Amino acid sequence: MAEYMAQGKQPEVLFWVGCAGSFDDRAKKITKAFVKLLNNAGVEFAVLGTEESCTGDPAKRAGNEFLFQMQAMMNIQVLNGYEIKKIVTACPHCFNTLKNEYPDLGGNYEVLHHTQFLKTLLEEGRLKVEGGKFKGKRITYHDPCYLGRANGEYEAPRDLLKKLEVELIEMKRCKSKGLCCGAGGAQMFKEAEPGDKEIFVERTEEALETKPEAIAAGCPFCNTMLTDGVKFKEKQDEIKVLDIAEIIVNAEDL
Amino acid sequence: MQYIPNILFLIALVAGIGYFIKNCKKIYRNIKLGKEIGEIDNKSLRMNNVIRIALGQSKMTVRPIAGLLHIIVYVGFIIINIEVLEIIIDGLFGTHRVFAGMGSLYNVLIASFEILAFLVFVSVILFWIRRNIIKIRRFWKPEMKGWPKNDANYILYFEMVLMSLFLIMNAADQQLQLLGAEHYIKAGSFPVSNWLLPLFDTFSESTLIIIERSAWWLHILGILIFLNYLYFSKHLHILLAFPNVYYGKITPKGKLPNLQSVTNEVQLMMDPNADPFAAPPEGQEAPEKFGASDVIDLTRVQLLNAYTCTECGRCTDNCPANLTGKKLSPRKIMMATRDRLEEIGKNIDKNGTFKPDDKQLLDDYISREELWACTTCNACVEACPVSIDPLSIIMDMRQYLVMEQSAAPQELNIAMTNIENNGAPWPYNQMDRLNWKNE
Repeated sequence: MAEYMAQGKQPEVLFWVGCAGSFDDRAKKITKAFVKLLNNAGVEFAVLGTEESCTGDPAKRAGNEFLFQMQAMMNIQVLNGYEIKKIVTACPHCFNTLKNEYPDLGGNYEVLHHTQFLKTLLEEGRLKVEGGKFKGKRITYHDPCYLGRANGEYEAPRDLLKKLEVELIEMKRCKSKGLCCGAGGAQMFKEAEPGDKEIFVERTEEALETKPEAIAAGCPFCNTMLTDGVKFKEKQDEIKVLDIAEIIVNAEDL
Repeated sequence: MQYIPNILFLIALVAGIGYFIKNCKKIYRNIKLGKEIGEIDNKSLRMNNVIRIALGQSKMTVRPIAGLLHIIVYVGFIIINIEVLEIIIDGLFGTHRVFAGMGSLYNVLIASFEILAFLVFVSVILFWIRRNIIKIRRFWKPEMKGWPKNDANYILYFEMVLMSLFLIMNAADQQLQLLGAEHYIKAGSFPVSNWLLPLFDTFSESTLIIIERSAWWLHILGILIFLNYLYFSKHLHILLAFPNVYYGKITPKGKLPNLQSVTNEVQLMMDPNADPFAAPPEGQEAPEKFGASDVIDLTRVQLLNAYTCTECGRCTDNCPANLTGKKLSPRKIMMATRDRLEEIGKNIDKNGTFKPDDKQLLDDYISREELWACTTCNACVEACPVSIDPLSIIMDMRQYLVMEQSAAPQELNIAMTNIENNGAPWPYNQMDRLNWKNE
């Protein structure tokens, strides 16, 4: 982003990579897939790079409002400094926090989840996807809580999958009734409380009931949880857990 | 002498409604122990929600069977109350079926009351079967032992008895009309109690009058008792659902409010011109307590939520933590909040003002284990048919644990330290954020 600024230019959109997308080996692949799509569509985008910092979502959900607001205000200073208007992110947690919780602290941006952004690119004809490798394949889509229930976006990811002409199979609990993967609310960073099952196993079993050839996700944390679940069920050789962006890239061999 | 029934009726009515109002005031006082919520925005959207969600029962039908049965009981309850109006006028003025002057409209009304009463009776029996014979899981969770379980059944018995009395009253009345008894004018159409007539045709006129009068009195006394039972019961939702939906959350579910007291502190911290050694100005209040450890730290809306909860358990039935055997149950969070608030209310009743009792919502009612099991997925909020937000209470209590007590689970402390030091919940260097570009 600093380079754009130095040239006196504004990118069309800022890609907020997020901690998972920056550091987690699995999520980095999602980041790269999404970048491929952005480049393919000719989108001028920037990233904050080393100036990006955690949005504060896990801190806030863990109850640490102080740390959250510290992170938020620092990020807002950086974003406002670069006069950012539009942000896209592949992480529903970043998406929710930037979109809903930053405005009251002085950070007002148009914030999109990457599936929403990709959908507009398709509608504008800048990105062309049709059929491809996944055509006719059985795929089930897991709704991330922070995209679905938290922000009411159920259709954009499904529309993208439909464009790829996959056979979209819904799980019993989907859309507003979708079951959490178990990672939200800072659970990603701690062991679960004692119980008789892990949440990610429960959700993965439900996904496997649809007999999918792949499980689609729209969140790096859901992706991790479901990947663990598939491994737990020893199905990792047959069934891949893929982000929507990865599915599009793979389908088109980009 | 002839006015004795009227006077007795008036006494019963005044006592019944008076005691109910007294308890309503208690509820109002207890809710006001919570924090103020500031100005209410977007009133038209809120009214819209009341019409759609509370009046229109839009979220009840997410579960079609329970939803349909509930709508029958709900519509029955509202419509049959027109009959209660007639009963009250008759009782006060010694008239009989005072609305009979409406002619054929009256027949339609009585007929529809009867059909609804019958449908309500059947629905309530089905509810009882679902609860006690089929044993639907959400009615048999650990928090539903003892009073909550009995409470639910008492309500069902109440409604069965009230509907039966109504139909018996009509049947006896109808028989009396057929006999041409004095005072029993020919009025009304009785499609349901018709079927009960064979049971009554051997009785003499005086026996029938006793039956009719007893049913009439028991019916109205039963309604007054039931009205007063509400305060002690989960059944308060029939009244509170409406304000509760009005005050319910209208922002996206993912949006948690930002604490203004923290914003002030953080702004001060980030202000380069702030004097780090400055003493707070004279008379300035100490910063507010962060988060909630007891019910009085919660907002009035959260306390209203607690009184409104009818313990249907849809929240718990959708909670991923509860589904996988964790202790957390969003319904229990609401029940515990109400229990603790009632305890504080009784304390105030007894002592005039609240006398510290060495108890609080945290630990005495809600354990830390429950609070930390939440994934903040909003399934409970989505599931609630009357816009209750158990998640907000969980979040406020987590805030207390972390910001007042530094009592987060150790792994979360590590994640938070990482965020503080290197801007990510994992111990990676912030300078490596762009490494993916070249990998």
